[in-house]
Amino acid sequence: MQKLKKAILFLEDGLFFTGKSLGSNGETFGEVCFNTGMTGYQEILTDPSYSNQMIVMSSPHIGNYGTNNNDTESEKVYATGFIIKSESLQPSNWRSEESLSSFLKKHSIVGIQDIDTRALTIHIRKNGAMRGIISTEDFNLDSLASKIENIPKMEGQDLAIKVARNKKVILSNTNNPVYKIAAIDFGMKSNIYDIMLDHKAEVEIFPANVSHDEILLSNPDGIFLSNGPGDPAAVTYGIETVKNLLGKKPIFGICLGHQILALALGANTFKMKFGHRGINQPVKNLITNKVEITSQNHGFAVDEDTLPSNVTVTHKHLNDDTVAGISCNDILAYSVQYHPEASPGPHDSRYVFKEFFNMMKSNAKT
Amino acid sequence: MPKRNDINTILVIGAGPIVIGQGCEFDYSGTQAIKALKEEGYRVVLINSNPATIMTDPQFSDKTYIEPISTEYVEAIIKKEKPDAILPTVGGQTALNVAMKLDEEGILKKYDVELIGANRKAIETAESREMFKQAMLEIGLDLPYGYTVKSLDEAKKLLDKISLPAIIRPSFTLGGSGGSVAYNEEEFETSVNKGLKESPTGQVLVEEYLNGWKEYELELIRDLNDNVIIICSIENIDPMGIHTGDSITIAPAMTLSDKEFQVMRNAAIKCIRKIGVDTGGSNVQFAVNPVDGRMVIIEMNPRVSRSSALASKATGFPIAKIAAKLAVGYSLDELKNDITNRTLAAFEPTIDYIVTKLPRFDFEKFSSASGKLGVQMQSVGEAMAIGRTFRESFQKAFRSLELNLPGFETKDPRDEDLDIKRFRELDIKSLNDGSAFRMLKVKEAIKQEFSIEEIHKNTGIDPWFLTEIQEIVNIEKDYYTVDNLQFLKKNGFSDLQIARLNNLSEDEIRQMRIDQKITPVYKLVDTCAGEFEAETPYSYSTYESENDLQPLEGKKIMILGGGPNRIGQGIEFDYCCVQAVFGLREAGYKSIMVNCNPETVSTDFDLADRLYFEPITFEDIMNIINFEKPDGVLVQFGGQTPLKIANQLSEAGVKIYGTSSDSINLAENREEFAKVINKLNILTPDYCIAKNYDDIYSYAETANFPVLVRPSFVLGGRAMQIVYSKEQLVDYVFRSAEATNDHPILIDQFIENAFEFDVDALCDGEEVFIGGIMQHIEEAGVHSGDSSCVIPPYEVSDSVKKEIETITTKLALELKVIGLINLQFAVKDEKVYVLEVNPRSSRTVPFVSKYSNIPLANIASQISVGKSLKDFKLKKNNFEHYAVKKAVLPFNKFKDEKVFLGPEMKSTGEVMGIDMSTGSAFLKAMKSDGYNVPKTGTAFLSVNKTDRKGLVPIAKNLVDLGFNLVATKGTCKFLNEHGIICDDMFKVGEGRPNVVDEILNDNIQLVVNTPEGPQSRFDEEAIGKTSVMKNILTITTLPGARAAIDSMKHLNDINVKALQEYFKK
Repeated sequence: MQKLKKAILFLEDGLFFTGKSLGSNGETFGEVCFNTGMTGYQEILTDPSYSNQMIVMSSPHIGNYGTNNNDTESEKVYATGFIIKSESLQPSNWRSEESLSSFLKKHSIVGIQDIDTRALTIHIRKNGAMRGIISTEDFNLDSLASKIENIPKMEGQDLAIKVARNKKVILSNTNNPVYKIAAIDFGMKSNIYDIMLDHKAEVEIFPANVSHDEILLSNPDGIFLSNGPGDPAAVTYGIETVKNLLGKKPIFGICLGHQILALALGANTFKMKFGHRGINQPVKNLITNKVEITSQNHGFAVDEDTLPSNVTVTHKHLNDDTVAGISCNDILAYSVQYHPEASPGPHDSRYVFKEFFNMMKSNAKT
Repeated sequence: MPKRNDINTILVIGAGPIVIGQGCEFDYSGTQAIKALKEEGYRVVLINSNPATIMTDPQFSDKTYIEPISTEYVEAIIKKEKPDAILPTVGGQTALNVAMKLDEEGILKKYDVELIGANRKAIETAESREMFKQAMLEIGLDLPYGYTVKSLDEAKKLLDKISLPAIIRPSFTLGGSGGSVAYNEEEFETSVNKGLKESPTGQVLVEEYLNGWKEYELELIRDLNDNVIIICSIENIDPMGIHTGDSITIAPAMTLSDKEFQVMRNAAIKCIRKIGVDTGGSNVQFAVNPVDGRMVIIEMNPRVSRSSALASKATGFPIAKIAAKLAVGYSLDELKNDITNRTLAAFEPTIDYIVTKLPRFDFEKFSSASGKLGVQMQSVGEAMAIGRTFRESFQKAFRSLELNLPGFETKDPRDEDLDIKRFRELDIKSLNDGSAFRMLKVKEAIKQEFSIEEIHKNTGIDPWFLTEIQEIVNIEKDYYTVDNLQFLKKNGFSDLQIARLNNLSEDEIRQMRIDQKITPVYKLVDTCAGEFEAETPYSYSTYESENDLQPLEGKKIMILGGGPNRIGQGIEFDYCCVQAVFGLREAGYKSIMVNCNPETVSTDFDLADRLYFEPITFEDIMNIINFEKPDGVLVQFGGQTPLKIANQLSEAGVKIYGTSSDSINLAENREEFAKVINKLNILTPDYCIAKNYDDIYSYAETANFPVLVRPSFVLGGRAMQIVYSKEQLVDYVFRSAEATNDHPILIDQFIENAFEFDVDALCDGEEVFIGGIMQHIEEAGVHSGDSSCVIPPYEVSDSVKKEIETITTKLALELKVIGLINLQFAVKDEKVYVLEVNPRSSRTVPFVSKYSNIPLANIASQISVGKSLKDFKLKKNNFEHYAVKKAVLPFNKFKDEKVFLGPEMKSTGEVMGIDMSTGSAFLKAMKSDGYNVPKTGTAFLSVNKTDRKGLVPIAKNLVDLGFNLVATKGTCKFLNEHGIICDDMFKVGEGRPNVVDEILNDNIQLVVNTPEGPQSRFDEEAIGKTSVMKNILTITTLPGARAAIDSMKHLNDINVKALQEYFKK
């Protein structure tokens, strides 16, 4: 039995859980949200979209298959805290290189385990995502309560700028790329560009605050709007850039990129009660009438009623009927709220990428 | 797509009797499917030969046919009921096989009936190893290297390509039956030959042996719109090499990363599409090399399976129900998720707990079984447990097994029970083979400080699981004291385990727990890990901080279920529990069901008002009672399981509805019960309770041999036996049993050549209603569970019948039975002896209920809560039809087992034949059990002296039917003397060719053999074993012979009649 330090999770509404430390000792804070995926903890931890969030994994055993160098979505761990029921003592998988706990320590991530994560999940379901603190040092509830006051709320926060690259990068696997994609990085997951690279695309990744001129100057075949953290409405510069790019090149957006496209088209976004985070989320493609099981990670959504008439809703979330995908009728632009690149999650929606390639191909011809 | 309107009537094919490899999960899936189809307004016709199922209760289908599941009978039903479609995917392999045959024989075409839920091509592709392999290669999936062959020569040539060990599987068999591993060339030849014989198509698959590879299963569902979802991933703790039905399995998969899981998910989806299962559930099995991750696809079942029942219970997702709705045209996004009632069926369940399934074995019933697990399934049931962590779930699963294990540990040596061998000396090599209790040996190995690495090498069990087990051992060693109570409970330790570790009593620990407010909370199985509020969920206990549940409101009664199926306690008791739920509902009570058997209807989420998926132990039940505070508990429906704890519950102040614990105890206590018998002037065989050897000697002097001996605890499979002399008795005692005060030997006079009867009756304390009197066809001495029986009795005088009724009434009233009572009688020379009285539901309750259309268990539950028999206005049966129940025995799974039936029950299931004469009902029962009833041929006769006279008319009848007769010398001479032409034939040991040779040479089609004395029983054993092997009808009593002959006269009529038609007013 390993001896672990005591840890506490304190929520802004005063509810708290005491458990044991996970990863590093110390104190951390963020918006507490739950993910119902039974696999994919390493991808989740390294997904920039989880910036400033502390993730509760509803699956009780985490760390079972360890961590490795391939299953990351970025160089860093972006989640600010990790909340689980039970950390596996012995990772077991032929690809495992490092245990979860050592991985978390390496990235200085403070977490908590051995708490009733189901109770916490249900609390969030009922009361909405909320701010929280994990500490292995401060167990004074008053002190924790006052600290929580200083944590900024998710709404209105532009986090994309903080996680995005600040310099342009060009990626390519081939000497003869078939497509040239300009990606605006709001916190891009690596599997997105990996899929693009596999399709013989050259991907030029621009910082979040790139200007539309700079993008057009590189003369891409298509423009990609990446996923990312925070409130989409706060990414005003991004929305502005996209507005200026509409109709100029084929545009494809994922998650935050989808929300930014919708905002650029004149629609509004809103904060959801607790969002969608998991890899079992059913989405209906309204064009084909088929259901795809998708990977999702978002706390904001596009308000369907505010979409302009030249935009078609192409996908809907089956559980709550929220917009899961849109397409413009008059220009080459579409986006999905979910993650067709998966990682973690099912590969049902890979076809969404194909549309982008087709669009770029047909646009090049005309 | 909305549901189809071009079909009106749907024929559902059930799975038939419970056999190893095909358990009561198909009652669960079939019942769900029928309910779902009825809900959609279809007319449902059902065929199933198994009377113990809930699905065959007449209220579920429009027409319920309890008929043999063969093409001839199904055709007759099709002709009569004119179904538009057949649903063959919820009745296991039995239903699929018959559906395939119907198609092959052109019957579907002839009557213009379509298969829904699966098509012939899909079934064929999934089941033919060669076609499956080809299909998988076409979609780029990796398979184990293997080839199908049709002869030994072909197989031998393969040895160039595949190195031994290799696995040899016959094509198209149930539950992997006949599969074996060959380590050398000799074994290889034997296995191939055996496989070729066993496969209905004469094909075997010779395959690379993936021993030690990790094994996974995915359950998935596809709809007509080509949407596919994964319901559940399952990881086998026991690696490849042990049949998945015999493996300990865990949901969800524990040791796959998302990358690997998604590759598997994609493969499963590709597979279901390629195989062409258009709608419905399927199960795909994978093996993964733990060293390099190479993943191969093993097999796919294009139907609802045992694993899908498990997956349904593990996730809450009702696979069979949804599959049935998809089969009639709906798509997943048009169907509701019944658990949340607010989301749709189009999603993938995600769970926030760990599910453990343990197989339940009954090797002690089969003394020939080696106890080694392999690729052929041998378990007879399973228990499932849910916990928030692996350790909690795993320990709960062990206490759910009903083997008196207090958790994941061996029985206390104080119990002196030798059922489970202790490991004084642990040989690490003994971990190589899977066995019923290998996990306990693993634990012992960890205790003895063998390394995880070494244990992994010997067992192939993944280090993740071994480390968790090591944690359990460490906790036991370092944290066992009562100041760690909370911690111990979180890790799944039972009160009893903690008590033993601390040398305290279970009650003391329980009290300590309650004082410290360490009580479990109840969490929900909600399909979505808490993401949505759930409306019809079910629950499990765990030691966490928050309760998901509030106690149920209103008048409520708890029903204790039967736990895992095993020999002697199977689906019949689940049937009774389910009926009790219906009864309570009618009586205005809500029901709380507690059970831990995932195969059952009782654990369907929408059956009872509330379901607790929990072990049935005193501790777990008391915890629920303390939380729910039900008005009372019903213990008489779940067989022995609830009765075992009834006393404890009663002492703890729990109100037991129905027959009181005192009455139950009275019936079980031989000495006390003898007083009742004497008082009522009832006959019973002589008996002796021998507490020492002197008791035995003195009893032996006066005993009326033969006698039936049984030790009060069982030594290594040797249990009850009939002995014929004083010498034999003494010998038995010295060899097999000890007689002590605590463990006396019970000796009963065995009334030879008697007729036995079973009675099920209802009593409300004032009145008694006889549900039915059944007459056994087999001779006395065969366990009632293994005997065939006929209702109403067919050869009995009115006075005996009356006497049986009188005794039943007297005893029920004297024992103050409230609810059900079952009695067994022996009748000889018009004298009626009481053999056994059980004041509870019995194995025959569903059979009697089906025969009489009176739901005995349902009524019993209502009587238990205060209704009186008068309220039901029951009329004495006076039907013109007959029903025959036949036990189905697993001898084909235990090849070396003695086929001789005796006082130890061995059957796994039963079938029923119902018709207007005993003969035709008997014929149907025989056919349902897969026997060939010969029209003509050669009959072998060998009867004891008492029976000779009665044989004459039988022999004449056989001659009239066109049979040639052969007989043993004595019998032959006797028949010749009575003018019947007959040739004599050698008994075993008299010379060759003997009767066994002739059976083997297909020269005998019928055996009539009534034994007498020990030597005769030896002969019968040899004959019987050969007959089973050759599927030859063997009759052991004259009444049985008369019934069989009567049945032969009906061989040409294929009558089908639905239960509903028998009871038309």
